[in-house]
Amino acid sequence: MLGKNAGGLFWMFRYLERSENMARLINAGFRMALTRSSLASDEWASVLKTAGHEAAYFERYETVEAAKVIDFLLRDKSNAMSVLCVTETARNNARMVRTALTQEVWEATNECWITLKSVLTRPVREKDLPNVLGIVRQQSALVRGALHGTMLRNDTYQFARMGTFVERADNTARILDVKYYVLLPSVSHVGTSLDNVQWETILRSVSALRAFGWVSEGDIGPKAIANFLILDRRLPRSLAFCYEQLLMLTQRLVDEYGEEMPSLAMVKAQNHRLSASKIDDIFDTGLHEFLQGFLRENNAYAVQIERDYRFYG
Amino acid sequence: MSNPVTFFNEMQIDEEHVREPYQSYSQWLSGENLSDVRKKAAEAETFFRRTGITFNVYGSDEADERLIPFDVVPRILAAHEWRILTRGIEQRVRAINAFLHDIYHRQEIVRAGRIPVELIATNDAFTPQMIGVSPPGDVYTHIVGTDIVRTGENEFYVLEDNARTPSGVSYMLENRETMLQMFPELFTKVKIQNVSRYPQLLRRSLAATAPPAASGNGHPVVAILTPGIHNSAYYEHSFLADQMGADLVEGHDLKLVDGRIAMRTTRGFTPIDVLYRRVDDDYLDPLTFRPDSMLGVPGIMDVYRAGGITLANAPGTGIADDKAIYSYIPDIVEFYTGEKALLNNVPTWRCSQPDSLAYVLENLAELVVKEVHGSGGYGMLVGPAASKKEIAAFREKLKAKPGNYIAQPTLALSTVPILTRAGLAPRHVDLRPFVLVSPRAIEITPGGLTRVALRKGSLVVNSSQGGGTKDTWVLEE
Repeated sequence: MLGKNAGGLFWMFRYLERSENMARLINAGFRMALTRSSLASDEWASVLKTAGHEAAYFERYETVEAAKVIDFLLRDKSNAMSVLCVTETARNNARMVRTALTQEVWEATNECWITLKSVLTRPVREKDLPNVLGIVRQQSALVRGALHGTMLRNDTYQFARMGTFVERADNTARILDVKYYVLLPSVSHVGTSLDNVQWETILRSVSALRAFGWVSEGDIGPKAIANFLILDRRLPRSLAFCYEQLLMLTQRLVDEYGEEMPSLAMVKAQNHRLSASKIDDIFDTGLHEFLQGFLRENNAYAVQIERDYRFYG
Repeated sequence: MSNPVTFFNEMQIDEEHVREPYQSYSQWLSGENLSDVRKKAAEAETFFRRTGITFNVYGSDEADERLIPFDVVPRILAAHEWRILTRGIEQRVRAINAFLHDIYHRQEIVRAGRIPVELIATNDAFTPQMIGVSPPGDVYTHIVGTDIVRTGENEFYVLEDNARTPSGVSYMLENRETMLQMFPELFTKVKIQNVSRYPQLLRRSLAATAPPAASGNGHPVVAILTPGIHNSAYYEHSFLADQMGADLVEGHDLKLVDGRIAMRTTRGFTPIDVLYRRVDDDYLDPLTFRPDSMLGVPGIMDVYRAGGITLANAPGTGIADDKAIYSYIPDIVEFYTGEKALLNNVPTWRCSQPDSLAYVLENLAELVVKEVHGSGGYGMLVGPAASKKEIAAFREKLKAKPGNYIAQPTLALSTVPILTRAGLAPRHVDLRPFVLVSPRAIEITPGGLTRVALRKGSLVVNSSQGGGTKDTWVLEE
């Protein structure tokens, strides 16, 4: 397969994942603002930070206001990372790699873009927000469904899925890192309702609130949450799950091509680190440091994949 | 004002009588509710949007992807009508390939005095870099799109022989697909020859011209070269690559490696045997043609000349479909096949010749005047449809550079009905069948692209000027 196509697929699925995650993040922020209106602007500021868009936002606006943040993250054309722009970029990548996609995946992606473009033509009113975010999630689920249901499990599929998991791991780590201070035991208002709401936001941002309720059996302390999002292999958005998948995908690619590349060693090492770690150790060495390290390594792995499989040259 | 012309209506003889090829269709249609058919037509647009069959419009920001309007009434040809066309087209395409070989080798036709030497020597479309080059299998035009217009029962004219990189075949295929989805029951009532094998035939035909350097395992590597996703025909490039199972490459995916042109894959560089390039000659190789081109591959012409790759179509084929050469095609057919041309040429005045120019200037209001190197319906004058002011302005352009123009009578193009809000209404059409040439055979897919002028009375069918398309049916015997 063409190196350019491998890169196009990898990024197409990174962007689709990013758009979906952005929708989740906005949803979590929205819920938070609804229930705790006094601190709403703090909450939106933290959403901006998690999304990594704080600086860009303040170049455009002076104050943090719900309507502005929502518009900026959802549909602002000047924000290359808005849901609308990211979806368009994903769709352009899909056009570029059209020959590597089944008709179903292409049509789902194209329809996703057509639908979001029409839903996001005008600023979204608050009362319409849940519905619009629902559409964003549903559209990306349709693309994913088409991918699972129709694509050959060959290198095409591996590159697409690698993009998904690299992006997802990055997102989960970022969400945790922005909120890590509420997970730290030393903070004074531990156990207060404030924390509970903060934790809830974290879990909502990765669509894992209910799941956590099921697996935690009542233990909703910060360590249990961090453990769930970092180390629990049952949660499809945990770092451990993402790396288990990445290891499998990278290994398959190595088997298919019959040539071992440096990226395999990197993914093996990361996967091993995640299975050998205990959450207590992570807290002892520092959650923030751990997450920062993880983000760096995740990025290095992505760059290595790019090099190993000649995306650009 | 000239006499009122009666146009040949391909469907209706008069209000009550339907021509034979349309009988089954017409019977079916009379049993349908027109508003239902109209509703289906609206669905077709959604279908096209979803599949992404759009064309990009240069220089427009928003809504830069447009749909070519599709009309749901098919254009129908009987098997015997199609035979007339295929025989004529095959003869013409054969002659064009022989002409191209000759013109880049011994130029017998010039020596024989059948074509003036200056028409070749001073023609921009003549490509000196091709002199003495013999493409694999001696095929120059792997793909041809012959533009045909009709004026009567058995009167067909060739308007243009698109011998460079004709486009539109994806519309032929998608239009049929759309009709099948919208009116499946219709296809059980009318037996139509299949077009869907075109991509496989194209692949086979291209593979049959693999160069000497090809690996010889019987499976040549075929790729399509596209200028990229911003090109107006990108959809077609990706569509064909997908349907043929060929790689879709851009210039920056390709590199000269060990005397071959190779594409960068995830596992290293793989040599390409046959490149179906949808990039114009000028942009193909910055070392040979335009040095500023970013779309091509440096060195590809050297590899080509050394037999390391097949280019489809061959560079330099533009000399055969040049508008200045067009009027000589009947001579060309006779010279190389020894037969009279089966299909008519439109009578053409070469404005470079003083008597012709005088005639043309006198009769501008009745003629169609075309730029020799123009395309897409731009830079042309349709006399009967033009205002006095437009004609006066064009007269000056023509006088300033007569050699730049040819003129033809305004043909009474046939009509086929389209579905309008007020019911069926006749509109002018043309036809582009797609021809595949391999060393073994010339294959013409039964059907082609019918373009239709959607505006009442308009004779310009180009999609860039408000034209639409129709599914084209060739009936089974």
